[in-house]
Amino acid sequence: MSIKVKYFASIREALGRSEDELAARPGMTVDQVWQTSAQIAVPANTIVSVNEEFSHWQQFVSDGDEVAFFPPVTGG
Amino acid sequence: MVIVSEKAFQPWQVLADYESQRAGLQGQIGASAVFVGTMRTVNQGRTIEAMTLEHYPGMTEKYLKLVCSEAGEKWQILDSFVQHRYGRILPDEPIVLVAVWSQHRDSAFKACRYIIDELKTRAPFWKQEQTGEGSHWVEKNT
Repeated sequence: MSIKVKYFASIREALGRSEDELAARPGMTVDQVWQTSAQIAVPANTIVSVNEEFSHWQQFVSDGDEVAFFPPVTGG
Repeated sequence: MVIVSEKAFQPWQVLADYESQRAGLQGQIGASAVFVGTMRTVNQGRTIEAMTLEHYPGMTEKYLKLVCSEAGEKWQILDSFVQHRYGRILPDEPIVLVAVWSQHRDSAFKACRYIIDELKTRAPFWKQEQTGEGSHWVEKNT
C-alpha cells in the first residue's frame, strides 16, 4: 500500500510530473508528503486535498490516500 | 445534473435537450435562471488567443455536485444543471453553463448566482491562457 500524490497546473509544470507514489509512514502529514515527494519549496498559495476533499498541511494521511497539491482554482 | 466535458457545447441547445428529456416537473416551473460564461479575448490587459483548462477528474464532479446540493438546501429550487468545459477553448466558446429552475424568480436567481460563485472558488479547474508571447497560468479568478 502507498499514498498517491497528484500535482496540477503550475505545480505539475514546476515539478515536471503529474503523479508520485509514496510509501506511507505512521503519523505522516500532508506537509511531510510534500517534503518527501516534491522536494522543492512549496509555491505560494498552494492548496491541498486528501481523497478529493480540501484539506490542510497538518492533516494525517494513511495507506491508500490520494493527496493532491494545486494552485488556487480559476475555473468558470 | 453535472457534466464536465472536453467537447465544445452550445448552451441553448444543451438546455433545450435537457429540458425536453426531463420528466416530472411539468407545470411546476415558474422561473428559470441561466448563466453562461464564455471565453473573451482580453484578460487583465492581455490579448488572449486561446485557453487551456485543466481539472482534477473526480474531485471536480464531486464539488460541482456539492455546490448544487448546497444551493438546493439554501433555496427552494426544483432542479439545477451545470456543464463545464476542459481542454483547449477558443474565443467566444462557452466555458460554463449553470441553470436553475424553481417556482419563483428569487430562488432561481440566487441559487444560480451561488452555484457559479462557489464553482469559481471551489471546483478544481485551472486556466492557462495563450497569447502571442507564450502561455501563462491564470493566478486568480476575475
